[in-house]
Amino acid sequence: MLSVRDLTVSLGPETAPVDIVAGVSFDVAKGEILGLVGESGCGKSMTSLAVMGLLPQPGPRVRAGRVVLDGSDVTQLQPWQRVEAGHGRMAMIFQEPMTSLNPVRRIGDQIAEAVRVHDQVSGAPALARARELLELVRMPDPAMQLSAYPHQLSGGQRQRVMIAIALACRPQVLIADEPTTALDVTIQIQILGLLRELCGRLDMAILFITHDMGVIAQLADRVAVMYAGRIVETAGVDAVFGSPRHHYTRGLMDCMPVRNAGAHRLPTVSGQPPAPGTIRAGCVFAPRCAAAREECRATDPPRIAVSQGHQVLCAFPLNGGGPA
Amino acid sequence: MWSFALKRTGTTAVTLVAASVIIFAFIHVVPGDPIYVLLGDTATPDQIDALRHQLGLDQPIVLQYLSWAGRVLAGDLGRSIFFQAPVTSVIADGAETSILLATMTMIWVAVIGVPVGVVAAVRHGTWLDQGLSGAAMLMASIPTFWVGLYLILIFAAWLGWFPSSGYPSIFEGGVVNLRYLVLPSLALAAPNAALILRLTRASMLDVSREDYVRTARAKGIRPWQVVRRHILRNALLAVVSAFGFTFAALLSEAVVTETVFALPGIGRLVVQSILRRDYPVIQGVILVIVVAYLLINLIVDLSYRLLDPRVELQ
Repeated sequence: MLSVRDLTVSLGPETAPVDIVAGVSFDVAKGEILGLVGESGCGKSMTSLAVMGLLPQPGPRVRAGRVVLDGSDVTQLQPWQRVEAGHGRMAMIFQEPMTSLNPVRRIGDQIAEAVRVHDQVSGAPALARARELLELVRMPDPAMQLSAYPHQLSGGQRQRVMIAIALACRPQVLIADEPTTALDVTIQIQILGLLRELCGRLDMAILFITHDMGVIAQLADRVAVMYAGRIVETAGVDAVFGSPRHHYTRGLMDCMPVRNAGAHRLPTVSGQPPAPGTIRAGCVFAPRCAAAREECRATDPPRIAVSQGHQVLCAFPLNGGGPA
Repeated sequence: MWSFALKRTGTTAVTLVAASVIIFAFIHVVPGDPIYVLLGDTATPDQIDALRHQLGLDQPIVLQYLSWAGRVLAGDLGRSIFFQAPVTSVIADGAETSILLATMTMIWVAVIGVPVGVVAAVRHGTWLDQGLSGAAMLMASIPTFWVGLYLILIFAAWLGWFPSSGYPSIFEGGVVNLRYLVLPSLALAAPNAALILRLTRASMLDVSREDYVRTARAKGIRPWQVVRRHILRNALLAVVSAFGFTFAALLSEAVVTETVFALPGIGRLVVQSILRRDYPVIQGVILVIVVAYLLINLIVDLSYRLLDPRVELQ
């Protein structure tokens, strides 16, 4: 449904671009949730904004690669241009439900606005549809909430409104950029459950961005691990948790707290990810990799298919087996 | 909304009482005893006591305040020493000019400053934005009397389109007399429109970086609709309050422009009354200006509440 190929997002002048997303490729199928996971600053949010056509202007730009939605190339189009071209069925929800809704306009208005664009209806039918969408996202008392203002709702309710707005776009692809990071854990579980349910019910493809491996384990079908603007490992969620092949993925696994493991310091991946613009030849993870060899620092690592649907960007991948 | 309006009007009333006490105290701060001024050096103690009693100045200060406040509420601000006329009518003459001048100025400011600011923000970073912002900077920097003199030179002296000075009341000459206020209001509008332009532009750019603007763009609505429905209304919140205090300032502080165009406004009245030591007029004008500021602030806050549902009184 969504196919991203060699997506490269760059800052700076044409002549000396700094790539903050470098050649990212992935696919998300109907009814599937792909988790895009990585540390802060690894380029996952930039990837999602680039896919959505929402990169801030002036600012970073898509220098190379393609974003293909249901067979149509929409790479350089903003959402309104996609709607005009008839390829507008992609929507996005964001990390901060507290600031992502217009404070001075009613909830019903803000949903109906998206309905008008995507369903070509207005007035009462648009509001009726808005109410329907609030019911769909399990908003308590949807008829009342239509005339509420965002500041009258809780964080979880606002995120439900955001999802309703996204669904008003009748999306084939839904991008969720850390939608639960700002919420309480109990609310987080509800929202994740809702997304899972809607994914199956509406047959959407969901690209779910997070830094939280726990959320990935709970929600995703497949995982793409991102590091320094590159996808270093792609696999089914079981394969990634059961037998990670990239040294970085393995490092992330080791950082996860284990219940009843006794009191001890959690391990960390030592060092810092490289700043964009300081990346030289060789594997981007080599400076932090315990298994790095001379070759890793000299030449770019190959992308190896270790099994069906499991790829890793490493010259010397781990040979499987569970985490220690 | 209604309970907000009621509470807000209540606080305005309290402030007004406090301000009236300060203005009343003004008489007692002025050096010299008015009795001696009125009777001269040769008055006998009996005469002084009689007049003091006649004017009520022997009563407790609280009673004096109450009777003064009562007269003010009845519209009696005393008599002008210089004009030998009721202060109310002296101020009313000046107020007509000042209110019309300030209103006409604010219309120019609104129709020029806000839309041009919006255009500059939407096209920000382009040559158009730089041109408009540069022009605004220039307008804000040139003194109004200079703009006024050039307006007189071009549109009054050379072209003869508008009169150069004075203002006969519209209640005597009809609405056509408003043409006397066109040039002075343009002169006053120049720096104020420039400031509102820059404020509108800056506020629009601030708001356009908000998360909810990104949400609006994600919906697939057209860029112009994003500006109109999501950026403009939030950006205008900052502009509305600037409108309020600009208007209030124009009412009382347009002295230079009133002088250049020989207009009988409040600003000039204050300055001249101070030079003439015409205390009743000074006191009356200050009271009127205080009331005007309070009313304008009240209106600004009420319109704020209309624009932003989050606003509540603490």
